[in-house]
Amino acid sequence: MTTKKTGAEIFVESLKKEGVKTVFGYPGGVVLGIFDVLYSEKNINVILTRHEQGATHMADGFARATGRPGVALVTSGPGATNTVTGIATAYMDSIPIVVFTGQVATKMIGNDAFQEADIVGITRPCTKYNYLVKDVNDLAPTIAEAFYIAKTGRPGPVLIDLPKDVTQAKTDFKYPEKVELRSYRPTYYGNKWQIKKAAHFIAKAKKPVIYAGGGVIISNASAELKELSELTKIPVTMTLLGLGGFPGRHALSLGMLGMHGTYAANMSIHNSDLIIAVGARFDDRVTSKVEEFAPEAKIIHIDIDPTSIRKNIHVDVPIVGDARLVLADLIQAIKENPETEPWDKIRESWLKQIDEWKRERPLSYEQDDIIKPQFVVEKINELTKGDAIITTEVGQNQMWTAQFYKFDKPRTLLSSGGLGTMGYGFPAAIGAQAAFPDRLVFDIAGDGSIQMNIQELATAVLNKLPVKVAILNNQYLGMVRQWQELFFDKRYSSVNLAGSPDFVKLAEAYGAVGLRAVEPSDVEGVIKEAIKVKKPVLMDFVVDREEDVFPMVPAGGAINQMIFAPEKKKVEARLKAVK
Amino acid sequence: MQHIISLLVENKFGVLSRVSGLFSGRGFNIETICVGPTLDPSISQMTIVTIGDDRIIEQITKQLNKLIDVIKVVDLTEKEYVLRETALIKINARPEDRAEALRIADIFRARVVDSTPTTYTVEITGDEKKIEAIINLLRPLGIKELIRTGKIAIAREEGKTITKE
Repeated sequence: MTTKKTGAEIFVESLKKEGVKTVFGYPGGVVLGIFDVLYSEKNINVILTRHEQGATHMADGFARATGRPGVALVTSGPGATNTVTGIATAYMDSIPIVVFTGQVATKMIGNDAFQEADIVGITRPCTKYNYLVKDVNDLAPTIAEAFYIAKTGRPGPVLIDLPKDVTQAKTDFKYPEKVELRSYRPTYYGNKWQIKKAAHFIAKAKKPVIYAGGGVIISNASAELKELSELTKIPVTMTLLGLGGFPGRHALSLGMLGMHGTYAANMSIHNSDLIIAVGARFDDRVTSKVEEFAPEAKIIHIDIDPTSIRKNIHVDVPIVGDARLVLADLIQAIKENPETEPWDKIRESWLKQIDEWKRERPLSYEQDDIIKPQFVVEKINELTKGDAIITTEVGQNQMWTAQFYKFDKPRTLLSSGGLGTMGYGFPAAIGAQAAFPDRLVFDIAGDGSIQMNIQELATAVLNKLPVKVAILNNQYLGMVRQWQELFFDKRYSSVNLAGSPDFVKLAEAYGAVGLRAVEPSDVEGVIKEAIKVKKPVLMDFVVDREEDVFPMVPAGGAINQMIFAPEKKKVEARLKAVK
Repeated sequence: MQHIISLLVENKFGVLSRVSGLFSGRGFNIETICVGPTLDPSISQMTIVTIGDDRIIEQITKQLNKLIDVIKVVDLTEKEYVLRETALIKINARPEDRAEALRIADIFRARVVDSTPTTYTVEITGDEKKIEAIINLLRPLGIKELIRTGKIAIAREEGKTITKE
């Protein structure tokens, strides 16, 4: 006879069955029992955060860096509602996290009890699935199902609401060996006929482009993507979430496309006759004016989620399936296709044209006597040898990172793409550092974003997670200011952050290391010092206040209608005004 | 264009809210929705009538399929199907109108299911046109209350071309 276990014990045993070793959590009234069991559990490390939003972003950063589900555990009511932004962030970017929320006892549910919130109702539209466990006998099977749903198919966040009495009730612990759901069976292998058709289109195309998204990273398809591109000599452009899915320094890389994409990427897409979309969803930040997007192109769309296909754009060859498996089959089909001609020859003029675009308008900035934010990003790239895990916040810092850091490997850029969550990068960096204690983890931040989850400095310091935060400090909400500059007649409404705390002193107050760079010549030394110290570091880079992100496709325009950095004299006039 | 979408879903709490939330969250319309048990008590059947162009209907069926609790989605509009709706209509039945009311009910094969000295309640089952027609004929008598179930539909068995209405 097995001895019966409480729900709290079953919860912990279930996590161990799922191989969970790290939980990001914050305790409270109804989850005291669970935290009590965790107190004596040696195999699970609980990282106490300073806010529940931080816990979910850490779980998200952990998941993006490792590919395994991240886990957060919080209490009911405000604890639960504080997780919503983190959950929605993970949902938009298809990140597997499992969030456990405490709930008031089942007989109190619906009574407006103390710290009660209908978190299952609140998170229904931003989770892949969610559960309220009403019977302790359902607990272990529910946890197994939750992990299965979170990490299979198109991954996403799953929430489990745990009423207090369910965690106290006892039953036999039996963890399911296998989960099978009659109503949930993701398609992994692509339709053979469609794959053949795709191979035919690729053989016939004169001006093809691969458009790779986050799905390439999620499905670990980088090797297959590289093989496809090199085999067929098709250049690759990536979405923000796709960066690292194809080597950024590869001759066939076009960099990022879209609103702040490279000229070469956007021109290639606009003029292409075939787009091979892999694990990307034609987001509006990519397509801009969808009616004028790639007017001559046929589109092959590979995605595991059928709803992504033909949601925004007409698709000629839809292939539902896992990016890695479909690409492997596609490569095979291409090799077997008798129509194929020597790739070098048929691509010659297209690749020449693309090289011209690359030369014509490369990403650029001018470093003068004020630190340029792009210069900081390039220096971080250089001094980390491209081998760090980089997280970003949202805004200019995110776009400069995407443009000037050349990501060569998957899972090295963690950024909130879909939801665009300011305050994501720092806790995500802590989550990634918890997964990889020996790797270098940088959060490239703005002075606005970093203040959205600055409280997690305590988490980083006390758990000895030595993340490096590079604040590109322009004392503005820079991206909003840029839009106001360009589209609202320079009326800088509610964007001035001058008078923010002294980040160096702030770091020191938390027990972290604070460093500041004021002159361009300081930048390298500060980054080197930050890499050297084995503690969390806040680097305050005092950068040009009014540097803009270019190129830019103004909202509503076609992606070939880009605006570029204003001519030099305008820049000089502005520099004078700053001084 | 109007589409009739038939769903088999897990019979769990919260499923209706997931389905209706999908429609409201993405700006799709629900004209009518009917839910009931099937022969298998763990499965419920939903019939949803919705309106949209081909692209929207494709998204609706794909999004419904994506919901974890949805087992099967069929767009009946692409097939032969039988559709029915029931209405309960409470009308004024003054002595001078009573015979006329019964005649109308009789023409439509509707039944009077409740009667008071001043009212009749008529039960009518049929497709939308039939229900609209009887409502139009009864309206001059004075309709006090009208309750409609929303539409349910079932696919005709394939391979049988001759069917009897």
